[in-house]
Amino acid sequence: MTPDGPTIVEAGRRLREGKTTAVALLESVLDVAQLTEAIVHAYLTIDREGAFASAAFADEELANGRDRGPLHGVPVALKDNMCTRGVETTAASQILGGYLPPYDATVVTRLRQAGAVIVGKTNLDEFAMGSSTENSAYGPTFNPWDVSRVPGGSSGGSAAAVAIGSALGALGSDTGGSIRQPAALTGLVGLKPTYGTVSRYGLIAFASSLDQIGPLTRTVEDAAVLLEAVWGHDPLDATSYDGAYPDPRAEMGRGVDGIRVGVVRELSGEGYEPEVETATANMVDRLAGEGAEVVEVSLPSFEIALSAYYLIAPAEASANLARFDGIRFGLRIPGPTTEALMSATRAEGFGPEVTRRILLGTYGLSAGYYEAFYGQAQKVRAAIRADLARVYTDVDVLVSPTSPTVAFEAGARVADPLAMYLSDICTIPSNLAGDPAVSVPIALDGRGLPIGFQVMAPALGETTLFRVAAEVERLAGFTARPVIDLVAS
Amino acid sequence: MTWEPVIGVEVHVELSTRSKMFCGCAVDFTSPPNTNVCPVCLGLPGALPVPNRRAIEHLMSIGLALGSEVSSRSVFHRKNYFYADLPKNYQISQYDVPVCRGGHLDITVDGETRRIGIERAHMEEDTGKSTHVGLGGRIHAASATLLDFNRSGVPLVEIVSRPDIHSASDARVFAQELRGLVLELGVSDARLEEGSLRFDANVSIRPAGSTGLGTKVEIKNMNSFRSLERAVDHEVSRQIGVAESGGELVQETRHWDEEAGVTHPMRTKEGSSDYRYFTEPDLVPMTFDDAWISSVAATLPELPAQRRSRYQEVGLDGRQAATLAESPPRIRQVFDEATGLGADPTAAFNWLSGEVVSHLRRAGLESEELHLGGAELFELVTIVEEGLVSATAAKEVLEGVLTGEGGPREVASSRDLIQVSDATRIGEVVDAVLTANPDAVAGYRDRGEEKVVGFLVGQVMRQTQGKADPRVVNELLREKLASQPGGTPATG
Repeated sequence: MTPDGPTIVEAGRRLREGKTTAVALLESVLDVAQLTEAIVHAYLTIDREGAFASAAFADEELANGRDRGPLHGVPVALKDNMCTRGVETTAASQILGGYLPPYDATVVTRLRQAGAVIVGKTNLDEFAMGSSTENSAYGPTFNPWDVSRVPGGSSGGSAAAVAIGSALGALGSDTGGSIRQPAALTGLVGLKPTYGTVSRYGLIAFASSLDQIGPLTRTVEDAAVLLEAVWGHDPLDATSYDGAYPDPRAEMGRGVDGIRVGVVRELSGEGYEPEVETATANMVDRLAGEGAEVVEVSLPSFEIALSAYYLIAPAEASANLARFDGIRFGLRIPGPTTEALMSATRAEGFGPEVTRRILLGTYGLSAGYYEAFYGQAQKVRAAIRADLARVYTDVDVLVSPTSPTVAFEAGARVADPLAMYLSDICTIPSNLAGDPAVSVPIALDGRGLPIGFQVMAPALGETTLFRVAAEVERLAGFTARPVIDLVAS
Repeated sequence: MTWEPVIGVEVHVELSTRSKMFCGCAVDFTSPPNTNVCPVCLGLPGALPVPNRRAIEHLMSIGLALGSEVSSRSVFHRKNYFYADLPKNYQISQYDVPVCRGGHLDITVDGETRRIGIERAHMEEDTGKSTHVGLGGRIHAASATLLDFNRSGVPLVEIVSRPDIHSASDARVFAQELRGLVLELGVSDARLEEGSLRFDANVSIRPAGSTGLGTKVEIKNMNSFRSLERAVDHEVSRQIGVAESGGELVQETRHWDEEAGVTHPMRTKEGSSDYRYFTEPDLVPMTFDDAWISSVAATLPELPAQRRSRYQEVGLDGRQAATLAESPPRIRQVFDEATGLGADPTAAFNWLSGEVVSHLRRAGLESEELHLGGAELFELVTIVEEGLVSATAAKEVLEGVLTGEGGPREVASSRDLIQVSDATRIGEVVDAVLTANPDAVAGYRDRGEEKVVGFLVGQVMRQTQGKADPRVVNELLREKLASQPGGTPATG
C-alpha cells in the first residue's frame, strides 16, 4: 500500500469544509495502523478510547463554531517519552513497563488545548538513546520505505507513523539528532527548535541540557503548525525561554534571494555516502540559483563535537536515570536490602545501551576523571558555540546532510556502538549549541531511500530557518511516499 | 601531651517558607505522610524543578546577617548518591559557587567573645524521611522501611563554619547562637525536636600550640545541642585516646549513636564522598544584583550580636547586655523606650530582669501580656532617683502598676508610699523621738553607743510608717544628737 492520508494543513481544510470529521480522520489513521503495525511497529500504545473521545469532542466543538485552530481534530502521535496522564508511558524501557503517569507533559496539555487528537505513544530507542529505534525493550520499529531497514532514531516510531500515515504528524525529542535523523531516513520534515522554546516538563529526561521536543511532519508548513501549538514559555521549566518568540511563518515563501548560506566543510567526506553528498551539493547549487549567497565555511570544533557529546549526554543521563530504582514506581525486583533491590531492579530494567551510557557518564563524572572528561567536554561545547558565533556573523544559515547515510539495514550497527554513534555526526553540533535545525527531504537515492538536507540557524533564528526550509522543500519537490508490501512481511 | 581540638560545625537549617524549594507543595510537618507531594518532589519521570525565590532570599538574609558576601552569580549542582528517601537519587545542592561566602558569628562564653569564621552558606533541598520498622528500629536490623516524602524538597540551608572552634561546648554555643539568629531573621522555626535544625561536625586534634591540622573525622546525626556537644566531646576523647596509644587516625565519617553515647564508623558506601557533582542542567544560574541584595538587606532585623553591642554602648556590662539581647522582644522594647526617655540603663535593666521577669513568672504570663510601658518604667526609675519612694516601696509601686492600678506616681500616692524627705517634717518626728528616748540619747552622748543611732532611725521610720527618707533621717538624727545638751560624746 501507499499511504494517501492528508497533511495536517490539508486535513484542517477538509475538516472546515465539512468534507471530513475528526472521527473519520482518526478512523483512517487507525485503519493504517491496523494494516501496518505488525510490519512497522511504530506504536507502543494506541489509545483508541482516549483518541475517539477527543475526536468526538473536537467534532462537537467544531460543529458549535468553537475552532481551536489548525490542529483542531487532527490525529497526531507522541514519542513515548512524553508523559500522558493515565496512559502508559515507558520510554521503551522495561523499567517503566506499565507506568501510568499522574500528569500530562506541558506539550501534551498544549496539544489538547489546540484540539489535537492524540492517537498513541510511539516507539523509540530506550530512553531516547540510539539512532535506529532498535534499542527499544519492546522490539524495533522498521522503516516504511524498506522494512528491512531502520527508521533512524531515537524518534523512529514517530517518524515511521507519520511516514506511513498512522498519524498526520508527531512529536519527537532531539538530544543529538533524534528528530532530524529519523526524519531524514523516512522522508519527513523534522525540526529541533531552539533549546528552551519547547517546555521539557513531562519529557522523560535523557540529557537535560540537550533535550528538545519538536515536530516530525510531512511538510514544512505542518512543522510550523505543530511547533506553534507547543512552544512558548512554561513556568514549570526553569530553562524555558521567557522572551519574544520568532514567527516561523513570517518569511516563508519569500525565497532565498540574498540569504547567506554556509556549507559546513567538516560535514562531508569520509563516511558520507556519495549519493548523499551529491544530493546535498545539488540542493546547494539550486539555492545559489535562487539567489542565495553560498560560501563554504569551516567549523573545526565540529570534528570533536561527537566526542564531547558522548561525555556530556551520558553524564547527565547517569543522574537523570538514577531515579529509576524500584522504590516509588515502575519495575521492582525485590532484594534483601534496599541496595540489593535497587541494583537488581536497575540491572534487570535497563537495556545494554542504556547501561553502557550510565556507566560511561558515571565514569566521566567520577573524582579524578571529571576534569579530563566532563570538564573537557564542556570546554569543547563552549568552543563550538564560539565557532558558530563567529560564522554566523558571515552567514544566515548553515547547511549539510542530515545524516551521512540513508537508512541502514536493521542489525547492521547494533554490535558496533561507534558506527551507530556516527549516525549523529551532522546533527549533534546544534544540540550542543542550543540552536534550531531542521531536516527537509530532498531526494531518493538509487535504492529509493530518502535523503535529508539539514538547515541550521542561530538560536531563535526560526524565522530564517523556516524561510530557507520552505524554499528547499519547494525546490526539491519531494512528493514520494513509501510503498509497503503488506503481504511479504 | 596536651591536645587541642579543632572543630568545624555544619548546620542544616530547614526554612519555613510556605512552599517547597522546587515545587508548590506545602511545607507542613503536621500533615499525614505523603500528602504534601507532587511529581517534582517525588522525583517522577519528566518532572522539573523551579526554584523558590523566597527561599533564596531567606538564604541571602542569613548570609547578610553573618556578614557573608552574596555572590553576584551562583549555580546549583547535582550531588549524586543512592538512598531510598532521596527520590531522584541526587540532591539539588550547591558545590563550588555557593550563594554566600565568608562571614563570621561571634559567640560569648563566660563574658568572653570569640569570633567563629563562616566558610559558606548554601541552598539545597531536604530528603524524605525514612522510618525503619521491625526489629528494634535499628537500621541494620530493620525489616521494613517506611518512606514519607512530605519533607522531600523542603528548602534547606547549610551553613559551614571554619575550623575555628576548640571545644565541644563552644560548638554547642555556636549552634545555639546560630539558632537564635535564624529565629530572629524569621527564616526558620528552628525546632530541634522536628529536625528543622541538624548538625554535623568535623573534628580533629593537634598538639596544643601547633597550627597544623590533624586527620579530620566527620561526625553526623546530631539533632540537639546536647547531642552535638556530647558527640564532639566523645569524638575528641576518642581521637586523643587513639593518638596517645600510638594508633593512627583515619579520615572517615562516623555516625553518632545517641543512645550509646558513642560514634561508630559508617559503612564505607554510606560515607563515600564521590558525589560526582556537576552543574544542575535543569536550572539556570542565579544572578544577584545590588538592588536585590539591598532590598533583602533592608528587611533585616537587628540581630542579637548587634543588640549586645548596642546595649553595651548605652552602659550595660557584657553579661547584662547578653541577657537583655536574648530577652523577649517586648522586654527589649520596654527597655529601649524607657532608656530613650532618659531612664538609667542599669536601673531599667535591673527592674526588667528582676522584678518584672519574676512577676511574669509568678503570674504565668507571656511577656507580650506585660502591663508596663517604657514611659512607666522611666517614671518608676525617676521617682526612685528623686527619692519620692524608697527602693522597697518602689517594688510595691511596680506591683501596683503591673496589676493595672495606674502609673507609678499614681500608685505611689494611692498606696500612700511617697517617701517623706522634707527635713522640717522629719525634723519634728526626730525631735519627738529624741525626747521620748532620753536613755538612748544619753547612751550615745555619754558612752558613744553607735547602735543607738540605728535604734533611733528605726523609731523615726516606725513613726512615719516607713515613708521617711532614711538618708534624711540619718543625717538629721546625727545632727540633732550632736547638738543635744551635754556636749559631744566621750571619745575614750
